Amino acid sequence: MNPEDLRYTQSHEWVRIDGDVGTIGITDYAQKELGDIVYLELPEVGHVFNAGEEFGTVESVKAVSELFTPVSGEIVEINKGAVTEPGIVNDDPFGDGWMIKLKLSTDEEVQKLLTAEQYEEYVKQEEKEK
Amino acid sequence: MIDFGGWEMPVQYGGILEEHRAVRERVGLFDVSHMGRLEVTGPDSLPSLQRLTPNDVSRLADGRCQYSAFLTERGTYVDDLLVYRKSADEYMLVVNASNTPKDFEWARSHARGDLRIENATNRTALIAVQGPRAAGLLSRITEPDPSDLPYYGFRECSVLGEAALVSRTGYTGEDGFEVCVASEQAEKVFRRLLEEGRGDGVLACGLGARDTLRLEAKMALYGNDIDDTVTPWEADLGWTVKIKKGDFLGRDALEAQKAEGVPRKLVGFEMIDRGIARHGYAAHTAKGEGVVTSGTHSPTLGKPIGLALLPTAATGVGTELEVDIRGRASTARVVETPFYKREKEVR
Repeated sequence: MNPEDLRYTQSHEWVRIDGDVGTIGITDYAQKELGDIVYLELPEVGHVFNAGEEFGTVESVKAVSELFTPVSGEIVEINKGAVTEPGIVNDDPFGDGWMIKLKLSTDEEVQKLLTAEQYEEYVKQEEKEK
Repeated sequence: MIDFGGWEMPVQYGGILEEHRAVRERVGLFDVSHMGRLEVTGPDSLPSLQRLTPNDVSRLADGRCQYSAFLTERGTYVDDLLVYRKSADEYMLVVNASNTPKDFEWARSHARGDLRIENATNRTALIAVQGPRAAGLLSRITEPDPSDLPYYGFRECSVLGEAALVSRTGYTGEDGFEVCVASEQAEKVFRRLLEEGRGDGVLACGLGARDTLRLEAKMALYGNDIDDTVTPWEADLGWTVKIKKGDFLGRDALEAQKAEGVPRKLVGFEMIDRGIARHGYAAHTAKGEGVVTSGTHSPTLGKPIGLALLPTAATGVGTELEVDIRGRASTARVVETPFYKREKEVR
């Protein structure tokens, strides 16, 4: 269910690498945990973030959650459609519900992120501890 | 599932928005068995309840309920509650889940005379059937038909052949009922309502939708909007206080506050800037500091709304306030409440 070609974080973001650009969003598990998403706050194009830094917030009816970038880089595009219609993050978290695109500062960080399999294992642990 | 005052409750079954819409447009079911039920019986029930609550219980007829409270000597909320009058010396109080033990002790220690107070919460379950199609749905499994019950009226009925107390009450701003049945019958009744209501588009609804629905209707939530620092005057619930009825707990303090002037008031606001102002966020006005007591995204209005305790001078409709949303000053505006009012009133 978590696409094999993506890499994941323990804070439930994913990144898809395409050349030197990383597309970032939140996982299906995260959108389910949040419930109906009603606001999405994203940075402007041109901002530079280090891996692990907060790049925005996502707000559902019941909760607010910070968004952390899995990799370092400069914002080259944000998903304006998702800002206008945040419900698409619920509907299609790995597709049309993507959030930002970054021009990667380095290609070394990606290897340290979780694979789909590792992420699933992590989620299972987290569920157990609830 | 989350822990809610010791009860395991779902925040949502499907999604909050879809559950909210079901109640506004069709019908939704809530398991609200966590709400505390205290039974007060005996010849001195009425004088004791008059002393314990600010509203006038003597005006209550058999089969009617009344929104009221327990207040401290300072006139602040111990809890808000409903008083049901079954007969002249038989009453039921429906109180907030997390306050039930506190309320029970409070009632016992302040009641006087020949009466008995019992915590009946665990013997029964409470199912709320809410929405424009609630009457149609419930009437198909209830005898006699509850459709003619007035708002805040109740009676003993038979639901699926089981003894039940059915009241035309709720916490959603929509027409609806609350059905009190023996705990052992609760699952059967809930499942049957889900089945029977399929054609009506019924949905099981969780605490999340209950919160968005009550907030749109500007119904106060204990622990958020009211608590033992807030008086009914401040909460804009002055209509529940009947000073002239005689003495009751908190009366002197309320009279004093009214004479001196009420320093702050609970008002509704909507956000002009983006984002949800949530419980506890600081609110700044030109007349002084306030605090957000509840905030959410209003599914009906499609924008963020909330309630705030603000300096009285800053509570006029149209007054602007700035809410500190995680370090960002966000503009909001005081608006008329309730945010949502259903079109068709039940008698």
